[in-house]
Amino acid sequence: MTIEILMPALSPTMEEGTLAKWLVNEGDSISSGDLIAEIETDKATMEVEAVDNGKIGQLLVPAGTEGVKVNTPIALLIDSTELPHTSIKTIADKPYLEKEKITTELKIEKPVTLEPNSSIITVREALRNAMAEEMRFDKKVFVMGEEVAEYQGAYKVTQGLLDEFGNKRVYDTPITEHGFAGIGIGAAFGNLKPVVEFMTFNFAMQAMDQIINSAAKTLYMSGGQMGCPIVFRGPNGAASRVAAQHSQCYASWYSHCPGLKVVSPWSSKDAKGLLKSAIRDPDPVIFLENEVMYGQSFSCPDDDDFLVPIGQANIEKEGSDVTIIAFSIMVGKSLEAADILNEKGIKAEVINLRSLRPLDIETIINSVKKTNRAVTCEEGFPFAGIGAEISAAINENAFDWLDAPVKRVTGKDVPMPYAANLEKLALPQVDDIVNACSEVCYKS
Amino acid sequence: MKKKISSLVKNKSKMNYDLDLLKDMYKKMLLIRRFEEKAGQLYGMGKIGGFCHLYIGQEAVVVGIQSAQIEGDSIITSYRDHGHMIACDMDPKGVMAELTGREDGYSKGKGGSMHMFSREKGFFGGHGIVAAQVPIGAGLAFAHKYNCNNNVCITYFGDGAANQGQVYESYNIASLWQLPVIFVIENNKYGMGTSVNRSSAGDNLSDRGKAYGIKSEIVDGMDIIAVREAAIKAIEYCRLGKGPYILEMKTYRYRGHSMSDPAKYRTRDEVEQIRKTSDPIENIKVLLNKMGVVDKVLKDIDVEIKSIIADAAKFAQVSPEPSSSELYTDITIN
Repeated sequence: MTIEILMPALSPTMEEGTLAKWLVNEGDSISSGDLIAEIETDKATMEVEAVDNGKIGQLLVPAGTEGVKVNTPIALLIDSTELPHTSIKTIADKPYLEKEKITTELKIEKPVTLEPNSSIITVREALRNAMAEEMRFDKKVFVMGEEVAEYQGAYKVTQGLLDEFGNKRVYDTPITEHGFAGIGIGAAFGNLKPVVEFMTFNFAMQAMDQIINSAAKTLYMSGGQMGCPIVFRGPNGAASRVAAQHSQCYASWYSHCPGLKVVSPWSSKDAKGLLKSAIRDPDPVIFLENEVMYGQSFSCPDDDDFLVPIGQANIEKEGSDVTIIAFSIMVGKSLEAADILNEKGIKAEVINLRSLRPLDIETIINSVKKTNRAVTCEEGFPFAGIGAEISAAINENAFDWLDAPVKRVTGKDVPMPYAANLEKLALPQVDDIVNACSEVCYKS
Repeated sequence: MKKKISSLVKNKSKMNYDLDLLKDMYKKMLLIRRFEEKAGQLYGMGKIGGFCHLYIGQEAVVVGIQSAQIEGDSIITSYRDHGHMIACDMDPKGVMAELTGREDGYSKGKGGSMHMFSREKGFFGGHGIVAAQVPIGAGLAFAHKYNCNNNVCITYFGDGAANQGQVYESYNIASLWQLPVIFVIENNKYGMGTSVNRSSAGDNLSDRGKAYGIKSEIVDGMDIIAVREAAIKAIEYCRLGKGPYILEMKTYRYRGHSMSDPAKYRTRDEVEQIRKTSDPIENIKVLLNKMGVVDKVLKDIDVEIKSIIADAAKFAQVSPEPSSSELYTDITIN
């Protein structure tokens, strides 16, 4: 009897990984629980244990292979009485693997154009580079959070920072969000420049009082004496299949409160330029990342002084018929929607907000005055969301230019369900954007 | 009042204390008391609005600790903060003008009684959320350590705050990272209307540091010499890089939690008894008398303070309200 050992999924968002090393050879007898291989995901290197007893009949995927999709057979387990295959051949020889072609290329949905003086890097690398560059530039900058130092970041965003800067600049905290947020704020009042990582913003609700009442309001309450130059950063919004308590967009929560700046990057370029601006900024900045974006690659300027100004949106794609206003992961979905709309004869303009507060109302209004239609996109709940705010701003500033009511594409007004099909229904999809744009163009 | 520790006398006998130092401490305590009495009066006249928490009865705590600090140390406290500001040598005029919500107040009238700051004097607030100042104080201590400047942060909080979770989150990190922070629990026996016995499990609040490996001491907060001696010891320990320290000051507030508190949860007798037997200002007055300071000298100090307070009260009422353009300033720096 032959059992296929499959490439395991080692995190909620993992789709593929590198088979770094085999810890067994063909012909070895193994028992359930034995370590058989090391697998690298974009977050960590993990050891894989055998689930069944038997003998390794064949290693199907050679060590060092990148981009092995989850659920691809990587080895065959045979009865201990059988003889293993005598040779390891390339995976292409295995007929049952043909439909699961293993790619060694980076997963890029669209080919990325390399801009001058830039490199193609992931959002994760861009964020790390931004922190490292600012830490080299200013000794007051330090990083603290859960697992940011020795573990190299729960999502590997702070990888290598401990090695380069040491434990006086990179601090692992206990799991006490309220406490370490307050300590970061105190350090900022004491003229340091903390970058506080929340493992995800879902856990930052524990620290909400410190963020709002201490970081955001103290400058005002002190008549301008108590600046708080701090960055709170981490993944925000839905990851994948982690349900209601771990999948929420907090953009509108933080944007609601005067005293905070709120930014949310989409590309590697945004990530680097905005994070560097946030660290240099004298005010508290909420920096909302997206876990799903961490592994995506974009062209990003190499320059150590490359900054994206806070408060400035970017028009990612020009168009004349409808303005799509999005931030973070929804920018990518909006660009996909724009391509589909183009085929239907609708030319969509896509605005990447980048900053939510201050909001670049001018760019939005100028675009709406050109296209006369607007669709907002966000992962968050609709009620009192970012889309509601933008819609109000368009009403106040460009009502006479509108040819259709502003439409919102949002996450559904429900706690995030776990089931895959329900989760997909709860999250805004490309089709939702296409449909909304078609509707405001009266072409549905 | 801030002096180098080396110049401070540390003799056990109170009679051997430096007389000028004692007079300074007496003066500062009296200044706080008269300030608070005046604030209470102005509140009654409608000149001060909102919440107003008076420090009367607890003066020895902040003045005794302040006498053990050096230049560059930082302090942070809750909303019962007027005494701390005066102990830091902040100008009573600026403090009173903030209470009346005027443009010459320390926060330009935008913070009020509970939210005042002076970076210059090392006073980091004035925080309105119970216990929010505790992690922030640990963070200020973190900055001292990060900058290797040999300063410490004195973080004050009340017995009510001592039940907040963030206090223990701060204890844990302060001890792990050996932060130079002195946690001063001003145990005045009541968190608003609930007595410590009804709100806090265990015998002493200071015991709770043990779980985190933090040294602690219970101090008679009505005896300024005891406060000062304990503060010198705790601050020295912190300055040597040995980590945090907890001082639980057993003290008492004579007035209600805030101006609108009728204080029905305790008897008038209880308050009177404490006033009679352990008033911190009377205590030091007796000591000064014993050391040969005549009543005339004390009377002169009294007169001088009355005039400072009268000036502050007047200033706070003639200073203009903030201009309406201030509504939109100081929200962010850029």
